[in-house]
Amino acid sequence: MTDVVAAPAAEVTVARGRGALPAWRLLLRRPTFIVGAAILLFWVVCAVFGHLVAPQDPLAQSLLATNKGPSAAHWFGTDQLGRDVFSRVLVGARSILVIAFFATLLGTVAGTALGLAMGYLGGVIDIVGGRLVEAVLALPLVIVAFLFIVAVGPSTLTVIIVIGLVFTPLIARTVRSAVLVERQQDYLASARLLGENRSYIMFIEVLPNVLPVVLVEFTVRLGYAIFAIASLSFLGFGVQPPTPDWGADISVNYGVLPAGYWWMTLFPALAIASLVVAINLVTDSIEQVIAS
Amino acid sequence: MATYILKRLGLALITLWLLSVIVFLATQVVPGDPGRAILGNLAAPSAVRALDHQLGVDRPLIEQYWTWITGLLHGDFGTSTQFRAPVEPYVQAALVNSLKLAALAFVIVVPLGIVGGVVAALNYGRPADRIISVAGLSATTVPEFVSGIVLIVIFGVALKVLPVSASAGAGASPASQFQHLILPAIPLVLVLFGYIARMARAGTIEALNSDYARTATLKGLKRSVVIRRHVLRNSLLPTITVIATQLGYLIGGLVVVEVLFNYQGIGQLIFKAATAKDFPMLAAGVLTIGVVYMVATLIADILATMLNPRLRLGGAE
Amino acid sequence: MTATETAAAGSVDDLTPTLQVEHLEVTHRVRGQDRRALRDVSFQIGRRESYGLVGESGSGKSTVALALTRYLPRNGRVSGGRISINGQDPLAMDAAALRELRARTVSMVYQEPGKALNPSIRVGRQVAEVYEVAGFDGSAAQDKAEAMLRTVQISDPGRVMGLYPHQISGGMAQRVVIAMALAAEPSLLILDEPTTALDATVEAEVLDLVAALREDFGASVLFISHNLAVIAKMCDRVGVLYAGELLEEGPAEQVFQEPRHPYTVGLLRCIPRRGQRKDAGRLDTIPGFLPPPGHTLPGCVFAPRCPIAEERCREARPPAFPVGPARSSRCYFHDAASDLPTNAPPDIQLPATRDAAEPVVTLQHLSKTFTHGGESVRALVGVNLSLERGETLGLVGESGSGKTTLARALLGLIAPDEGSVVDLDGSALAAQARRRPREQLKALQIVFQNPDSALNRRHTVRRLISRPLSRLAGLSGARLQERLMDLVRSVRLEERHLSLRPSQLSGGLKQRVAIARAFGGGPRIVVCDEPTSALDVSVQAAILNLLADLQAKEQVTYMFISHDLGVVRYLSDRIAVLYLGKIMELGPAETVFAGPHHPYTEALLSAVPSIDGQRAERIRLQGEIPSAADPPSGCVFHTRCPRRLPTGVCETSDPPLAEVAPGHLMSCHIPIDQLTILQRTEQDGD
Repeated sequence: MTDVVAAPAAEVTVARGRGALPAWRLLLRRPTFIVGAAILLFWVVCAVFGHLVAPQDPLAQSLLATNKGPSAAHWFGTDQLGRDVFSRVLVGARSILVIAFFATLLGTVAGTALGLAMGYLGGVIDIVGGRLVEAVLALPLVIVAFLFIVAVGPSTLTVIIVIGLVFTPLIARTVRSAVLVERQQDYLASARLLGENRSYIMFIEVLPNVLPVVLVEFTVRLGYAIFAIASLSFLGFGVQPPTPDWGADISVNYGVLPAGYWWMTLFPALAIASLVVAINLVTDSIEQVIAS
Repeated sequence: MATYILKRLGLALITLWLLSVIVFLATQVVPGDPGRAILGNLAAPSAVRALDHQLGVDRPLIEQYWTWITGLLHGDFGTSTQFRAPVEPYVQAALVNSLKLAALAFVIVVPLGIVGGVVAALNYGRPADRIISVAGLSATTVPEFVSGIVLIVIFGVALKVLPVSASAGAGASPASQFQHLILPAIPLVLVLFGYIARMARAGTIEALNSDYARTATLKGLKRSVVIRRHVLRNSLLPTITVIATQLGYLIGGLVVVEVLFNYQGIGQLIFKAATAKDFPMLAAGVLTIGVVYMVATLIADILATMLNPRLRLGGAE
Repeated sequence: MTATETAAAGSVDDLTPTLQVEHLEVTHRVRGQDRRALRDVSFQIGRRESYGLVGESGSGKSTVALALTRYLPRNGRVSGGRISINGQDPLAMDAAALRELRARTVSMVYQEPGKALNPSIRVGRQVAEVYEVAGFDGSAAQDKAEAMLRTVQISDPGRVMGLYPHQISGGMAQRVVIAMALAAEPSLLILDEPTTALDATVEAEVLDLVAALREDFGASVLFISHNLAVIAKMCDRVGVLYAGELLEEGPAEQVFQEPRHPYTVGLLRCIPRRGQRKDAGRLDTIPGFLPPPGHTLPGCVFAPRCPIAEERCREARPPAFPVGPARSSRCYFHDAASDLPTNAPPDIQLPATRDAAEPVVTLQHLSKTFTHGGESVRALVGVNLSLERGETLGLVGESGSGKTTLARALLGLIAPDEGSVVDLDGSALAAQARRRPREQLKALQIVFQNPDSALNRRHTVRRLISRPLSRLAGLSGARLQERLMDLVRSVRLEERHLSLRPSQLSGGLKQRVAIARAFGGGPRIVVCDEPTSALDVSVQAAILNLLADLQAKEQVTYMFISHDLGVVRYLSDRIAVLYLGKIMELGPAETVFAGPHHPYTEALLSAVPSIDGQRAERIRLQGEIPSAADPPSGCVFHTRCPRRLPTGVCETSDPPLAEVAPGHLMSCHIPIDQLTILQRTEQDGD
């Protein structure tokens, strides 16, 4: 049988809806993204190269130079033990970023797996998972976290695990919603008609379509993680002294704040503020780009 | 409707029960025993054992849990190991204080957030919208103690216009109490503003772009009428549900704020109990928070259902 | 009253046209670039005249409507031309005058009536609002609103006034929207795809209503649709839009009977007509594709796809040549248009079907009831059906008929109720696809309606088509590659498409990928669930031709589901008509169409507007389609059946599906000879 029908589909491939620009180009056009990413990059560099960049040893105490205000020698002044606040601020980026990153990663991986299972497999997993989510949501993150830490004892690993565990059901909930949307799609029915097994469908068919959601969740949770870790450190449940840590430093030094010694708490506070704002500017930009 | 409420109530009770189990278990995991903790390291083992027996900590776990739970339900919250006194009055007083602070924050942030979100939506894409959105976003993510510190430095230390401590002292006038509570309330307001404004903004934008808003506009109604009568009604619905979830953040923030400003609220109560390993106090405090939170969520859920005709009245005929 | 009679009666009222559009140009700003949506569009609508604007997707027809009421999206603007409504220019008005215009002069009715109503406000209040704007006070407005609801044939308007939008059906919602539109007594009523979301019988009701009301209220109508048959039925004059330009214009009957633009000719040829069959008299297609949005081609916008285009056409845009009284065509070769060379493929030889031996699929007592929170919905009730080898069985029905459920039960995507028998080649099929062996999965495949949903947007075309080759056909390596390329060629795709993702393809191409995937495993039965409903007419024709070709080449049996009777008739050998989960009629395609038919089939056929010309007296069905959760007793159709027997047997007893002629089954208490007599006397011969 010869093909006398119309010429082969010589169609202009229409770039539907989306512009020709790939995602990262669009991101780079946004001022919010640039500002946020720049600040974030700065702190990441500090986290990685902290000790090399800091002008002085953040652990070096000096009994002669305690509680000195900002000066040429100490840009941010010294704290109650005579340590250089500026160096402590620079190096302090490491603990919070490391903990936040790993905690969020743990929560995201576990949460995505759980969300996929809950959304696609449904049934018992969904019911039990759902109750778990509600139970975790019944209490604010900070309280659950410090209950746990009280029980187990504060350390870097504990904080990572706690926050990761608390994030898991929250992320699972979002992923589950996205999976439920995908379940309505016919391509899953097609997969079933090909005899694909459940794991294949969950990980090869569904997961790629919910990845954008997962990415956004990761960045959003990263912001929350920093928020929570800083708060925990402030309450004394985070990194233990003498490691430089913004929250912990504030916790130690805020007692003398009413007496007028503001620099040893304000600068770490501003550091925290800048980091969280940066992350959220980045997250917001990513969300906007994905939405368009 | 009634069945829905009952179902929600039932679920809430189950979750509450789960919570009590978690709290109880958390207290059991800690190494060391209370008897030793109270009597100190130099006490004789027999004395420790006797005290332990008296405290009932050598009984099987289930029994201990049962004793504790039934006690709670009868209003007996146990005895604080810090103060050697019944826990109940402390928790009650702390709760009242926290509610005052939370109420103040709420009263400020809810109207502010809604108005901010709606204004941003009405000015979509224009400078007003970008400023409110970015400002709201930034404010939300800054931990309360951070903004608290900044505020203390500015208003308390540098300008010296507002008191730094949150407690006005016993028997202070409402006006004086209010003045003391302002600074601690602001960090809470800042954090919640972002969430509420964002929700209100999203809901309003969706309503503005909807087909029914188009119908209303093409009927020849004035823009203000369209917004007031058609848009707001539908945009505020999701916002109300969000406000309920904000309670979780509010309570978390309370802990931090109360510690920073040294305010005798329930947040500081559980913090101190945790650090002092005063488990009866800690358990009671955490459970109280859980109950308050659940009640508030339940009310918000019911409110949302009542306001949404689709849920209230069921489907098509 | 038909469209032409109205035109004759009313157009001499007043000489000022209600609407005058001159050289209208609309531009959208997308990602920093200007894209022209409408270019140099000019037309006018006289008093009491009904004008149809017809076009496929991307034609810009909705943009015209939005421009008229100044409701373009934020990034759109009128970049040229003039509009005049009742002598006034809406583009020059201030806010107050614009409100006045919208309140009194122009009204719009859109698609998706449910969404056009505010979900939080009662229906009555929303209708009354129109009267309030017109100056009536509270209670007077309420009364007038109720009266208006009665005018749009809503029985018991008082009760409906107190309901919320989610409590009324789609058809009723559209009547409410029409009530709101006409309450203002506008000079110009704009309807943008008002019935596309509705079932055929409901659509017919709404269209009749609009025609009647137009008469009573004396409004001019601008009717926008992609459905040429509906436009032919409703409009006095018609304009054909393509890629933002008006290519042809004129009295509806003339344009559709003797089109004078190659695009119109091509479009009309794409629609399956009576007498055309998939193997003889095949559908014509329009080669090529729409120009990308925002193009700036210098010549005629249709030139790239036009078979008679010459250099002149590509260099200079043709002006609108007058080709008759009130007729124009933008084509240098408008005289040659009707002799346009056809693109229709030659007739094909279909497999010798139906050795009267074993049917390939047998369904017996097939039932499916969905339970949801205490309520049970009967989607299918005791369906008995068989598929013969090599045939195409068309399944026809409106919403709630169960046709989709039937297909999904057959495929194992939905588990049917206990006692249902689903057999393939005489052996039972497991209820769930998961449990079926590879041989069975291989034999039964499906092409879904919506290719956006049916193709995993994150996979490449290569992966999408290769998967069934490896999973079902067990191929790998070189043999897989060979078969892959073979399939790609069969569906007229190209190798370069293989590395793309679905989001980079148009609707028609995506559906080809879906078809290639369905045929990948070498199935014997392919279910086509509304495969062309989401596509433009010109694309639809190509896909239908493709399906017929594949049937000839691969020797498959089709179960073809559609709500479009013209398409079903074109493709099917036998047709089954479903209503509320039961088969009302089953028989050879021509017999079902020619009659005598089941009363429901009769009503359905008379409800669907046909471009070939009007059928005789339309059968009006009363009421709405009953809910499947609470089906009527006895014969499920009796509540709306115009031929219900006075003895009451229709209410009490469910008629069995009985053979009334060889191969022709019907479920009706009325004896076939009586039906024949009743239906013949009412028709002009058919």
